[in-house]
Amino acid sequence: MTKPAKGKSSVMAVPAAASNTPLTTRFRRSLRRYPSLFFMPALLIASLAITVAVHPQFSDFDLQSLAMGALPLAFAAAAQTAVVISGGIDLSIGSVMAVANVLAASTMEKASFGESLLLAAAVLIVGAAIGALNGLIVVLSRIPDVVATLTSGFIWGGIALVILEKPGGGAPQEFLNLGAGTLFTPWLPNALVLLVATVVVIWIPLRRSKLGLQFYAVGSDRIAAFRSGVNIDRTRFAAYIFSGLFSAVGGLGLTMTTGIGAPLAGVYYTLSGLAAVVVGGVSLAGGRGGMVGPVMAAFVLTLIPTDLIFLNIDPNFGQVIQGTLIVAIVMIGGFVDMARSRK
Amino acid sequence: MTERSKTVFSRIVAAVAGRGLVSLLRTRTIVALIGLLLAFVAGIEVARPGTVNALWVSNMMLFAAPLGIVAAGQTLVMLTGGIDLSVASVATASAYVMATHSGLGGAPAVLYGLGVGFAVGLINGIGIALLRVQPLVMTLGTGLMTEGMLVVYSQKMMANAPRVPQFIEELGAGKFLGGIPNDLVLWAPIAIVIIFVLRRTGYGRLLYAVGDNSQACTLAGIRVWRILVVNYVTCSLLAAVAGLVIVGGTDAADLSLADVYLLPSVAAVIIGGTSIFGGRGGYSGTIIGALILTVLNSILILVDAPEPVRQILYGAIILLLATAYTRLTD
Amino acid sequence: MSEAALLLEARNVAKRFDLVVALKAASLQVRPGEVHGLMGSNGAGKSTLVKIISGVFPADGGQILVKGVTRSFRSPAEARSAGIVSVYQDPALVPDLTVTQNMRLAGASIDAVRKWLVELGIVRLDFSLLVRDLPYPTLRLIDLGRALASEPAVLLLDEITASLPADLSERIYAMVKHWRERGNAVIFISHRMAEVSALCDRATVLRDGATVGVTERAHGSEERIVALMLGAETARAVATVASTRASLRAPRDAQAALEVRGLRRSPLLNDVSFKLYPGEVLGVAALEGQGQEELFDCIAGSRHYDEGAIFAHSRELRLRHPADAIAAGIVLVPANRLLALLQQRSIRENVALPTFGGIRNWGPIRMRAERMRVESAIARLQIDTRAGSELRRLSGGNQQKVVIARWLASGFNTLLCFDPTRGIDIGTKRQIYTLVRELAAAGSAVLLFTSELPEIALACDRAIVLFGGRVVAEMPVSEADEATLLRSAHGLAPLAQAAHD
Repeated sequence: MTKPAKGKSSVMAVPAAASNTPLTTRFRRSLRRYPSLFFMPALLIASLAITVAVHPQFSDFDLQSLAMGALPLAFAAAAQTAVVISGGIDLSIGSVMAVANVLAASTMEKASFGESLLLAAAVLIVGAAIGALNGLIVVLSRIPDVVATLTSGFIWGGIALVILEKPGGGAPQEFLNLGAGTLFTPWLPNALVLLVATVVVIWIPLRRSKLGLQFYAVGSDRIAAFRSGVNIDRTRFAAYIFSGLFSAVGGLGLTMTTGIGAPLAGVYYTLSGLAAVVVGGVSLAGGRGGMVGPVMAAFVLTLIPTDLIFLNIDPNFGQVIQGTLIVAIVMIGGFVDMARSRK
Repeated sequence: MTERSKTVFSRIVAAVAGRGLVSLLRTRTIVALIGLLLAFVAGIEVARPGTVNALWVSNMMLFAAPLGIVAAGQTLVMLTGGIDLSVASVATASAYVMATHSGLGGAPAVLYGLGVGFAVGLINGIGIALLRVQPLVMTLGTGLMTEGMLVVYSQKMMANAPRVPQFIEELGAGKFLGGIPNDLVLWAPIAIVIIFVLRRTGYGRLLYAVGDNSQACTLAGIRVWRILVVNYVTCSLLAAVAGLVIVGGTDAADLSLADVYLLPSVAAVIIGGTSIFGGRGGYSGTIIGALILTVLNSILILVDAPEPVRQILYGAIILLLATAYTRLTD
Repeated sequence: MSEAALLLEARNVAKRFDLVVALKAASLQVRPGEVHGLMGSNGAGKSTLVKIISGVFPADGGQILVKGVTRSFRSPAEARSAGIVSVYQDPALVPDLTVTQNMRLAGASIDAVRKWLVELGIVRLDFSLLVRDLPYPTLRLIDLGRALASEPAVLLLDEITASLPADLSERIYAMVKHWRERGNAVIFISHRMAEVSALCDRATVLRDGATVGVTERAHGSEERIVALMLGAETARAVATVASTRASLRAPRDAQAALEVRGLRRSPLLNDVSFKLYPGEVLGVAALEGQGQEELFDCIAGSRHYDEGAIFAHSRELRLRHPADAIAAGIVLVPANRLLALLQQRSIRENVALPTFGGIRNWGPIRMRAERMRVESAIARLQIDTRAGSELRRLSGGNQQKVVIARWLASGFNTLLCFDPTRGIDIGTKRQIYTLVRELAAAGSAVLLFTSELPEIALACDRAIVLFGGRVVAEMPVSEADEATLLRSAHGLAPLAQAAHD
């Protein structure tokens, strides 16, 4: 009986059952699988450290301002993540945030706290509905999602302007306090609580559900997903509903943190939200990643103009640095990817 | 589900317009586009008799030229399967930099403006071609970066107030021979050169080839990065040229000068028949697409509605056009 | 046999995609308890028929009957609930999810899948691993296991043994027979005639979108199947390639067109050395995964190697990009023609592509010269352009010819052919091998790898065997029969030597 040939690819050489893998292997494996899980917190801590170093009087009030400033961007990043994971992209997020913002600010101006909560719920439903419309447009028109959402964003932006022509409106103080201020302890801003609560309530059940699995499947390999019985169109449609929902929360966040409604407020958030997603380590190709990276990236991106203010540097440099940081990070990322897969 | 709805859609159109028309649309899309353009123009004439005359046509050309030039660069980039979201920032920045250097004289000022385009295009090209960054992300970043730098620059330049040189104004707003817009004299040669390059040169062939399958190009011995770098530089240079024309037309260099050109530049290319995935399309369709969008804009101005409503209608109609196009030719 | 007794029947199924008619009148009758082969050249419509049966898209005409009842499936999920499941060449597994998640996605019972995997020989598999981290043969078996777990009455296997090593193929044959014994049916598509005649009880042959015959397993059925696939005239016209082989031998002291010395590329290539002379076809024989693909890629300049040297006409080459190899006259016809072709562009653009390699060729094209060069290459290869000038309209075999035409038009010294006839119908295969022999006779050097060992004897002058990252044997074609090659490919000493020991 001859010895089995070394080169014969035998199925026998298959990785063993999970119970035998030591902790170090599992750690290394998850590091490879979700690099952003380790890189982003490190970057965030580093940015915070720099901030505190630059501004030693960093107080709980500063933390509050930071959380409030980052809140809308974090939601924009969350909205974009939901769509990107399923392999798409949404360039209308900022406009949907604007619609939610002006809708809330114009209707809540003279409302009581109770009424404002009801109105907030209505705004969320509107946001999800707009997301559904986006989804329908992308799926039914067969236009590539870049073009479809770029154009639909134009439309939603127009609607925001129709609702509120100039910045204005308002909301009851108790409602604003949901996002501003600190309810629990001085070092735990409401904005942060709101952010974490929303993400946990919406994203974690979604991720565990079959629909969440379908998001990842469609983003990773559409054909394999189709052959596994996933309805591609329905899944992509659903992803846009969640994007609309998160955008609406972001719009409400804008209302809470700025106190007014501004129809042009969203313009900045579409592209910056996308930037936060990329910096946060979620691949635009889809199929991998989670919320943690992009949300943390939103904080890092918000810290930049903050640090500049502390350093007494012209805050207009903020956008330059953000843009340059994005360019630098993606270029370095591309370089690392290339070096790693050296032919 | 979509397979079925696609056949239903095609059947409806075929029933309404005849099977021959549908296959005509598929093979000679330029004919369909010209037909659409003429339909819009006819519509205007019917709605407001007397509008369409020589002056109106010449104004349409005048306004369409800058869009046509930006869309030219966007066409080149989209043929390779990419996209350039920094064109608006580049156009604005080029115009502004040119304007603040106008004290040095016409030609040097223009060179400074074009230099901005060259620099940004080079960065785009290096990132996308050499470091394999996705075009969407890369140009988004450089767009933000350029916009930010422009803001800082404009503050530093408070002393040197931007001034638009005379000949740029002539270029952007002037006409000669009693009606032919000057910027057409710039647009027409650019259009001819680009169409020739795309159809009859190795560079053009390579753009289509890279957009279709860049791995196949590498295997065939083509150094793909060279083409892509040159291409992105060309696109940004064209955006810079467009910026100069735009500022000539508006006569004031402000910081959001060319923002309104980003979406239409992409839309004109898509409507004109170039696939966003690359490998297919051309500039002649984009030209008609740019004209269609310009006429559409003027139709919306005639409609007595506030600016936001016009914005909504503009977006909705672009969606309809792009949908019809994609659905019918898929 | 009455209708109701048939598990599955397709009657006059028709399907067109825009202007291309994929199926005209395809019929199929599958009984319970049989393995039914589905044969046909590329472009005959096998894949389209399979996809219609398993619900990927609907037919334009004709009927599909399951157990006598007419059905029309709108999705693979629907077909699955009716007891029809297909397994294709690409495993339908999402790379970024774990095996468990993939099973959950498809609604498959993990225990059932695990049980079938054991039957197929995978005893311990960590289901929490990401699909992208598992080896390809494992994925194929998981795909099959998942299909079996849904207990389909009709199991469609499309080229299931392609790219699988022999031991795994054996397990699959055993499983197929087992499935038949349970009263189910298996529709088996394969290009390997030996498999089909060993396994299938009956076979339906498609040609040009229509069913042209059904054969029973019997002596001589192989020839009948080939005849049906090709059509009578072509079958007669297919001459054995051996007869076109000129006994032209390059003088042994001629300079080697290509020499590889001590090539090393971890992990698969250890120390590969051989010479290739002008005017000869050198065959490379190897089992799956012996580094043959890496070897060809290294010589063609698309992969880097760690150590060693490559010489073209005694000049050492620095290969950092395919352009360097092409400049030295070395060109590659890769296994996966999709990698090499521009689907949306015309045949002419595909053939003329290498012309534009250098910057000085970015300028205006000399249209007439190009047209002449392209047309002469197309004529030489007898490429059938009736379907239209867009490349994707061509059949697989013709597309493969376009890849070769490209190099014919731009010129070369050494041709590297990696599995050029994989998935190609018999008629085109013979044409390609005839062409390879003609090219060698005209003075080019050809390095040919084929996964079908019998074809080495058909087309080559000499053969080398790759095993364990080294060249372990070299022989003239007279000694390169399938048995000898197979022994060497497994790392065994040739029989004559073994008998010695």
